[in-house]
Amino acid sequence: MSDYIRRLDQPTDSQRQLITPEGVDLRLNLGSAGHRASAFLIDAAIIIGIMIGLTLACVLAAFSLEAAAKALGVSWTGGDAIGQFVILLWLLGFFLLRNGWFLGFELGPRAATPGKRIVGLQVAMRNGGRLSADALIARNAMREIEVFLPLTFLLYNTGANVDGWIVLLGLLWSGIFALFPLFNRDRLRVGDLVAGTFVVLAPRRRLATELTQRRSALAPAFAFSPDQLDVYGVKELQVLEDVLRRNALGAQRIVAERIRGKIGWTPRPGESDGDFLDAYYAALRTRLESRLLLGKRRRDKHDVA
Amino acid sequence: MTSESFQAELKSARFRREREADWRRLEGLLKRLETQPVSKLSDDDLIALPVLYRATLSALSVARETTLDRALLDYLEGLCTRAYFVVYGARPRLSRRLARFFASDWPAAARALWRETAIAGLLFALGAGLAVWLYGRDPDWFYAFIPGGLAEGRDPSATTEALRKVLYDGGHHDLLAIFATFLFTHNAQIAIFAFALGFAFGAPTALLMVTNGCSLGALLALYAAHGLGFQLGGWLAIHGVTEIFATCLAGAAGFHIGWTLAFPGAQTRPQAMAAAGRRAAILMAGVVLMLAVAGALEGIGRQLITNDLARYGVALTSAVAWGYYLYVPRRRRDAKGRV
Repeated sequence: MSDYIRRLDQPTDSQRQLITPEGVDLRLNLGSAGHRASAFLIDAAIIIGIMIGLTLACVLAAFSLEAAAKALGVSWTGGDAIGQFVILLWLLGFFLLRNGWFLGFELGPRAATPGKRIVGLQVAMRNGGRLSADALIARNAMREIEVFLPLTFLLYNTGANVDGWIVLLGLLWSGIFALFPLFNRDRLRVGDLVAGTFVVLAPRRRLATELTQRRSALAPAFAFSPDQLDVYGVKELQVLEDVLRRNALGAQRIVAERIRGKIGWTPRPGESDGDFLDAYYAALRTRLESRLLLGKRRRDKHDVA
Repeated sequence: MTSESFQAELKSARFRREREADWRRLEGLLKRLETQPVSKLSDDDLIALPVLYRATLSALSVARETTLDRALLDYLEGLCTRAYFVVYGARPRLSRRLARFFASDWPAAARALWRETAIAGLLFALGAGLAVWLYGRDPDWFYAFIPGGLAEGRDPSATTEALRKVLYDGGHHDLLAIFATFLFTHNAQIAIFAFALGFAFGAPTALLMVTNGCSLGALLALYAAHGLGFQLGGWLAIHGVTEIFATCLAGAAGFHIGWTLAFPGAQTRPQAMAAAGRRAAILMAGVVLMLAVAGALEGIGRQLITNDLARYGVALTSAVAWGYYLYVPRRRRDAKGRV
């Protein structure tokens, strides 16, 4: 399966080819460095939140039990036990969360931590194969030098007996690992390189409405001549689609005026911008798609072929 | 173009209308598979899944050539990608994966990395030897290898009696669980760190191996100078055999990725790295388990067992067990478990 991914000249630099065994290219989009960083920060915040929450719960339990014991006049010595439990919680809990949070969630069916899900990312093998536990262990063990090593050097600075220059050198050195994703085209972090994985966008999209089936798009009042439809290409059509789907009235007015001016359309009395755009979109798409069936894809308005 | 021609339903819109139900069913199946195990799916759904996936995939490639509806294309691309990872990314059950890990993967990884393990062991021994030799020349070297905080009074100025007391002090029995947990998490984190540092061409990992050896050597030299070498040996070996073995394996895993990064061999560097990383990761999973055992032996076993010979007995047993498990080849069993 290792040859399913090949770099090709793709429209965007962040798109990667993944050809399924059925021979269809899925065109995966890489997660950007910004996506990755925000996903990690969300996860880190959740982990710290969990630790603080659990600790507070233990402390509260200790206090309320002690108060209850006092009220009942019973001597209570469970405070030490709860104190020990908190220590144990921090030792084991932080260890498990630090090493297991990412591993556990990425092993799951969505191959993404909560942070990645919120941002819309998932982990995948670069060769399109199945994500294995060993790859994910390798991927996440490397976080030690990507995150915790630079952090260690940062915190060292407060210690008095370490030479500042050595700390600075260490910070620069470990910064190479932390900023690794910025230095390669596939946005791989050290862990991705070691595990053979990468992180791709996996947005959940709902099936949007078919714009050409709206009632206004079918209204017989609008009849455009071929000349009026040959003004634009696919790119403009999709910009128009975007405007219609976002349903922003201000933008629709501006766009409708622009199109009317360009194709020389005189609005009838009572004609709304939305209805006009719906009808023009349907007509333009019909025109461009019927030419597409004949093998002619008009990319944009400058494409006169 | 007349008004009638676009009042009729668009070809691409009809294409979508006829297939939409299939896509929605696939979407529903995927959503269910994300929250519940495959076994919860009915037979009908299970059979339908790959069929729906292929139908949707072919719809995607048709749509790319015939429709200009960006939202539809985006939807189909997303749906096909999700379905692809479900259909081709299915993983065996956890129990089977664990069984395979213990039965073959872990020992196989340890055997494959025997050279790296030997190098890590040699570096550790080198560190220990160096510390013993330097201690012999000047006991003050002890402070260079074991910082004051860790020594807890065990330094060249301590009396023999004080040194002996550390070896047989049972500690607080009610804190044993915390002590064992602390030892385990601390050691495991350092082992994972040593592995990850291997990425820097193995150099920091080598340094860690030597310095770890130095601490051991310094302690040995100190106790030997007081005639307590044998007793300290038992105190250390009861968990040390497991712990030092695990440390060497972690170092070996680090060396493996560092070496592969520098010399990827016949494969491309990313390919070689991916293979090496996964092999090393299997070994690291084993290392963490070994350190959990070592933590229990050190935190609980050593506090309860205060007889030197019994301590040596545990050490010997663990050495033989790990060695046999990891390095003695076993005959392959077929699927039914026959040899």
